[in-house]
Amino acid sequence: MKRYLEVLGLFWSTAIAAELEYRANFLIALLSSLGNLIGSLFGLSLFYRTGYNFEGWSWEETLVVLGIFTLLQGFSSTFLSPNLNKIVQQVQQGTLDFVLLKPISSQFWLSTRTLSPWGLPDLIFGLVLIGYAGQQLGLGLSNYLFSIIPLIFGLASLYSLWFMLGATSIWFVKIYNVTEVLRGLLEAGRYPMVAYPAAYRFFFTFVIPVAFLTTIPAEAMLRRAELSWVTGAGFLALGLLYATRAFWKFALRFYTSASS
Amino acid sequence: MNQTLRKTRTFLWVYYAYMVEYRAELILWVLSGSLPLILMGVWIEAAAGGQFGLRPVDFARYFLAAFIVRQLTVVWVVWEFEREVVEGRLSPRLLQPIDPVWHHVASHVSERLARLPFALLLVGLFFLLYPQAFWVPSLGQFLLFLLVIVLAFVLRFLIQYTFAMIAFWTERASALEQFWMLFFLFLSGLIAPLEVFPPLVRQVTLWTPFPYLVYFPASILIGLPVNLGQGFLAMLGWSGLFFGLNRWLWRRGLKQYSGMGA
Repeated sequence: MKRYLEVLGLFWSTAIAAELEYRANFLIALLSSLGNLIGSLFGLSLFYRTGYNFEGWSWEETLVVLGIFTLLQGFSSTFLSPNLNKIVQQVQQGTLDFVLLKPISSQFWLSTRTLSPWGLPDLIFGLVLIGYAGQQLGLGLSNYLFSIIPLIFGLASLYSLWFMLGATSIWFVKIYNVTEVLRGLLEAGRYPMVAYPAAYRFFFTFVIPVAFLTTIPAEAMLRRAELSWVTGAGFLALGLLYATRAFWKFALRFYTSASS
Repeated sequence: MNQTLRKTRTFLWVYYAYMVEYRAELILWVLSGSLPLILMGVWIEAAAGGQFGLRPVDFARYFLAAFIVRQLTVVWVVWEFEREVVEGRLSPRLLQPIDPVWHHVASHVSERLARLPFALLLVGLFFLLYPQAFWVPSLGQFLLFLLVIVLAFVLRFLIQYTFAMIAFWTERASALEQFWMLFFLFLSGLIAPLEVFPPLVRQVTLWTPFPYLVYFPASILIGLPVNLGQGFLAMLGWSGLFFGLNRWLWRRGLKQYSGMGA
């Protein structure tokens, strides 16, 4: 365990050192995040402008959902996409060989090798949005703490889905855009689930668990989540994490290496 | 004339073969454009409960049309061009007796043909699941739509190819495109038809090129009232502007180009 932490420290400090070579990127990332935030608020305001509201969700409460969604976007562009989108590349070029030879879990290596600080603005804006909405709604510290648990479950589920999709490249080499499909579907997390018709709700709860990523943590923060849903999120996260591990081991049996 | 025709055919044929090679990838690209279909759900639900001036079924049709428009006007030239410049692969293309842009045009056009069957399959599936939304545009509407969608593709391509020119000066021309995409996402009508925008925002947006890339063609396909004359003028105007800018940057850029790595 200690060794893994040490390795993690090395991975991330080198990654940050490398990324800081391109400081102008930070300005671009900041502007993009800001534009994205304004656009998201605009998109949401189109619904609330005429007095309509998502059933049982006031404007501020919906902002909490949007804040968590922004946070999630920041998390995926910091930790997930720089690592997991590279699995495909490793398989294609055969460099996965070198990863497998290392005396460390290959899943760990592939999942944490680098991080990109350019997701930081999204993380900050997400927190600001949640903070603003929380203040308007008079949320206390306990509300925030209570939502951290389902939020972590959500992040774990997201990671697992992303990793499994990336791992399918062992069989279908040229599918670097499979994660784009996932990312497209995740956009549904911008709005609380009640905003969708029943069929959509079913799909985004049981097929692609978007509901567990944003709506359930938001409900937990607003103290209206039922315990059964939070427990469900926990089981889902643990199940998916376990499935990811098993799936990766299974996939490696089919890895035949390339050009080496 | 004859020779141009032959060249065109060869180009399209070669790039079509390329595209069909990576079918799985293509299907995934089709699926990744699911945003309009997701928003369709929210708007159908909203239209059933609130006052938005459009019926749920209008929203269903609108977003389906937006999905189709998006499928037919996807452009990625800036990423390809950027790589060509950075890796110096543009150099051999410059030696060919044809402007390199035609390679990109051919690959985009033939990709449309390869993508079409999957997109149509999805549209069929949609009508199967939601038969109330089924409609058939009149012949006039359809022909008008074809014309507008070609113009929309041309405009989108010209804009992105102009951004691509910046690759001669910096390594990250695609960042410009990504930034532009934000405005495209929120103002083109992809997230909502312009009917539900606040009037002022709507007026301003109609002066920009964005709504003519999604909202305008989609509205024509489903028969929402739009100002045709203004739409065509705006599309031609913006296309002309970007064409001029593009050619100017191209000439300046070639002088700058050092053929790195080739």
